[in-house]
Amino acid sequence: MTLAANLGTKVELADKPKLRSRLSAVGRFARRNPLGAAGGVVIIVMVLVAVLADFIAPYNPVANAFDRMHEPPGLENWLGTDQYGRDVFSRIVYGARTALLVGFASSFVGAAFGLVLGVASAYFGGKIDLIFQRILDIFMAFPLIILALAVIAIFGTGAQNVIIAITIPFIPRCARVVRSSALAIRELPYIDAARANGFSHARIILRHMIPNVMAPFLIMITAFVGQAILLEASLSYLGLGVQEPTPAWGLMLQGGAEEYAESAPWIAIFPGIAISLAVFGFSLFGDAVRDEFDPKLRSR
Amino acid sequence: MYQYILKRLLLMVPTLLGAALLVFLLLRLVPGDVCVLRMTGGAGYVDPKAITLCRAELGLDRSYAVQFLTFIWDFVRFDFGKSMWTGRPILEEVGLRFELSLQIAIMATLTAIILAIPLGTISAVKQNTWIDYVVRGFSIAGIAMPSFWLGVLIILGLLITSKALFGSPWMPPIKYVPIWVDPLYNLSMTIFPALATGYRYSAVATRMTRSALLEVLREDYVRTARAKGLVQKLIIRRHALGNALLPVVTIIGIEFAFLMGGLVVTEQVFNLNGLGRLFVASVTNHDYTMTQALVMLVATIFVVTNFVVDIIYAWLDPRIRYK
Amino acid sequence: MKLSRYLRPVPIAAVGAAIAIGFAGPPVQAAPKQGGTLNFVVPDEPPSWDGHRETTFALIHPFAPFYSVLIKVNPDNPSSPTDFVCDLCTEMPTPADGGKTYTFKIKPGVKFHDGTPLTAHDIVASFRKIIFPPEGTTSARVAFFVMVDSVEAPDDHTVVFKLKYPSGAFIPALATPYNFIYSKAKLAEDIRWYEKNVMGSGPFKFVGREAGAYVRGERNKDYHVAGLPYLDGFEAIFSNKQAVRVQAIRGDRAAIEFRGFPPKSRDDLVAALGKDVTVQESDWNCVLLFTPNHRKKPFDDVRVRRALTLGVDRWGGSESLSRIAIVKAVGGVAFPGHPLAATKVELEQLPGYWPDINKSRAEAKRLLQEAGVPDLKFVLWNRAVDQPYTIVGTWLIDQWRQIGVTVEQKMEPTGPFYARLRSQDFDVTVDFNCQSVVNPLLDIGKFLSEDIGNESYGGYTDRDLDKIFEAMNRTSDTAEQRKLMRQFEKRVLDEQAHSFVTLWWNRIIPHRSYLKGWKVSPSHYLNQDLANVWLDK
Repeated sequence: MTLAANLGTKVELADKPKLRSRLSAVGRFARRNPLGAAGGVVIIVMVLVAVLADFIAPYNPVANAFDRMHEPPGLENWLGTDQYGRDVFSRIVYGARTALLVGFASSFVGAAFGLVLGVASAYFGGKIDLIFQRILDIFMAFPLIILALAVIAIFGTGAQNVIIAITIPFIPRCARVVRSSALAIRELPYIDAARANGFSHARIILRHMIPNVMAPFLIMITAFVGQAILLEASLSYLGLGVQEPTPAWGLMLQGGAEEYAESAPWIAIFPGIAISLAVFGFSLFGDAVRDEFDPKLRSR
Repeated sequence: MYQYILKRLLLMVPTLLGAALLVFLLLRLVPGDVCVLRMTGGAGYVDPKAITLCRAELGLDRSYAVQFLTFIWDFVRFDFGKSMWTGRPILEEVGLRFELSLQIAIMATLTAIILAIPLGTISAVKQNTWIDYVVRGFSIAGIAMPSFWLGVLIILGLLITSKALFGSPWMPPIKYVPIWVDPLYNLSMTIFPALATGYRYSAVATRMTRSALLEVLREDYVRTARAKGLVQKLIIRRHALGNALLPVVTIIGIEFAFLMGGLVVTEQVFNLNGLGRLFVASVTNHDYTMTQALVMLVATIFVVTNFVVDIIYAWLDPRIRYK
Repeated sequence: MKLSRYLRPVPIAAVGAAIAIGFAGPPVQAAPKQGGTLNFVVPDEPPSWDGHRETTFALIHPFAPFYSVLIKVNPDNPSSPTDFVCDLCTEMPTPADGGKTYTFKIKPGVKFHDGTPLTAHDIVASFRKIIFPPEGTTSARVAFFVMVDSVEAPDDHTVVFKLKYPSGAFIPALATPYNFIYSKAKLAEDIRWYEKNVMGSGPFKFVGREAGAYVRGERNKDYHVAGLPYLDGFEAIFSNKQAVRVQAIRGDRAAIEFRGFPPKSRDDLVAALGKDVTVQESDWNCVLLFTPNHRKKPFDDVRVRRALTLGVDRWGGSESLSRIAIVKAVGGVAFPGHPLAATKVELEQLPGYWPDINKSRAEAKRLLQEAGVPDLKFVLWNRAVDQPYTIVGTWLIDQWRQIGVTVEQKMEPTGPFYARLRSQDFDVTVDFNCQSVVNPLLDIGKFLSEDIGNESYGGYTDRDLDKIFEAMNRTSDTAEQRKLMRQFEKRVLDEQAHSFVTLWWNRIIPHRSYLKGWKVSPSHYLNQDLANVWLDK
């Protein structure tokens, strides 16, 4: 919910990446940015867990087992069982899927729309820019959680609608940042050259402008994923996210988890750690990526 | 400068108007309405005529255009009308909650500033040392932890430790009393959510302080100061921090605007009767007038904060004015 | 728990309380103590303050203490569905005119909180507002009183109800706790005055309210029962998170929540507070149903509907769900324990209640195969309330998974949820039936044809069913009523498979032990005037 703040920094234009040796680049990145590298590792592990959930999870994440309710962590259920007797570890493993799906889908879609709007706004300038800016202002002034609430109230709950609800507030935030980068590019001579050559607007935007704002765009995406996972958890806590019995981290923290927080703390602790770790990873990585692209913040 | 201020003021109008239109349309897109909800919240037979009557009373049977124009006209005259859900004046319903939200917002902001400025400074000065990593890790953890989870842990921790220490479980009060009526009681309720929120919010401000300071530290005048042989501490205090603070203040301003009405989840956990909870309740109750008033309130706070920030910037940096 | 039975507070005992000091009797026989303020938590704030128009319990808990009613359930025996006592009347009337006339004598000397006397005319004005709501007002309980022809006050102390036909449903309807007695003068001034104001004759006077925060009441010194109430006042604190309400009891920010807590919270409170917490439990006159939409394929096929109920293991569910949710009793359409309810043997004849669940599941699979939908998929709509909706919904999905049916659950807040039910935009929905006074004759109105039922959403019309209902309500012979109830039940749950009962709710009230004089009832709407409640501090 602190998106506005996180993204408030102006993202500077990055050099065109020279991909001579990716591996050594990763190595250098890790040395310069050990925190970012740690974040990257968290993300990779999370993606692997999500992809390989079917092989990792020992139990069916939605099957009730009322003879094994509230089992503490042990050999049979590594992280214990919840109030329906479902295996917490299996639910966390499958929950990674939901988290990544919501996180990536909403940040990609949100950022993509933001990208197009931001670049178009900067490219055309003038009245169009002014109107776009006012529309973005409106969305920025609108309380984010209320926007999400209203979207859920209109479309109902469920994974796709949660994604929509989280995506919409991202669009103006991304458009803002992209626009300010694109404004700088618009002034560059080669865009003038392209225009003089009589290329179509679409072509100039797609071929010349967009590739040059990829840096802030990628930064936005990494920053959004963590935020989206958190927002999804908040919506679930309010009962407006994905619904039972779908395994999802935020959902696992709601309802039973609070009720049983004392006598069966594992129900609430482990999904909470999963969320924190994931958001932590994405934030560290996002910060590192920003530092990387922003030469002013580089130490040497 | 006057011209700039005037221009900025005029730009607020379309934003507010747009927010009004947006909330108006969003609310009407939600299926169901306040009358159906109010009469079928429990079980029992409901006369369809009663629902029609209720709609007529609340003016929901008028065309959207008429409803919208009435809403705008009333807003312009600062006449917020009555809540559709409770039938009471909105000002009365909002007043107390506003007070509570404002108090939490101020306390959380103070917590954030107290944490963020020293931490951010240390982190920037000791960039890329283990101190920097620890500080950044600590502050990012503040964003990463779901606030409701933190809240639940805090309350549970209080209940358990107080039982262990004093024999009977203690939890923060669940009923708000204004600070001037009973400061101790008030603080024992508000301090925990303020700390939880402030920590989270300090994470953002710490990062901002760090990067703003890093940027300033590379400016020529700081290098000159260093070349002159000034002590690092003095440079930071006298030259760098002051200049780096501007973006930090901006962030704090924007976050403050967000805190008013954005603490939906924290308010649930600590049973705070604030604007965030009222927001959720009024959206789920289809209380059009109340939601509209709240959105306009928060949007106005946001727009005014931005306006003030812009004016301060323009005042400090004349280039902006003539752009 | 049963101890409370011996703590029956006798009004006169209060007068004697002062004299009783010095007699160190055993605590069980302790006379009620005067004084103190009761704090309790309420999950919601009601939209208006008018009991005649609202239907939520959130109105009853904070506002019932401000009002007197004509008759009420016996506070010493609130679990009985037939034990009613006078509040404003002097004695329960015997019906005359073949059961068509009820004459109530009204207590003399009762005063409203503003000092004006309460007479039979106030009672008539209030009931006219409830039964025949004038233009411009809404009453939620018109349907309860369809049998009433007129209500008159021949003099200041007499109220006469004339019925169109004798009905066993009349007295229970009269005892509905929402039937607050208002002042005729206030109603004449503004028929909707009570939506935003409080002025009754109940044990407590309204002191104030803070939006979204609390409602406060203080002792009414002129209450029409001498010596009552015991409390100096009460404070109803709103708190919509269940975890907060449970912790509020634990941290002693509140003594009780009158709706009900889940079993696990009860166990945690008992573990944390020991003898400082007392638990009262009761079967609850609320039940979760699930209803297929008869207008949607393949649910127009009775075989598919029967398969859905056959797949649900109620006996097993009762055992496991009663440990995590506020549901427990297995029952049919009538409140379990009521004389009209089915016995266990009778229940076991119905599909979905068979003792052998494997046989039942095999039959369900066979029916689905026969209907041509062996791997049925649908969306189950549910109300976004954790206890017990989400839990029962999640359990149902797992039950259906075991007969090869794939179900996605979608939850909506109350408003959109009801809008969807009314527009019949669903495959299968969780639904509920929750009534105050236990009165199966009227409570089963839920299952009638869509055009005459109380919120019947299945989209079916079944005139034979309606006829059974009609016949049941017009006979006063219990044996006959019981026979008809079985026919009704079999038709709804078996032959026509219209709509299905899952489990009945279980009301669990863990409260601070110092709270005395309050007894759990089968409804969170009943017995809430707090007149007999006292604090043993």
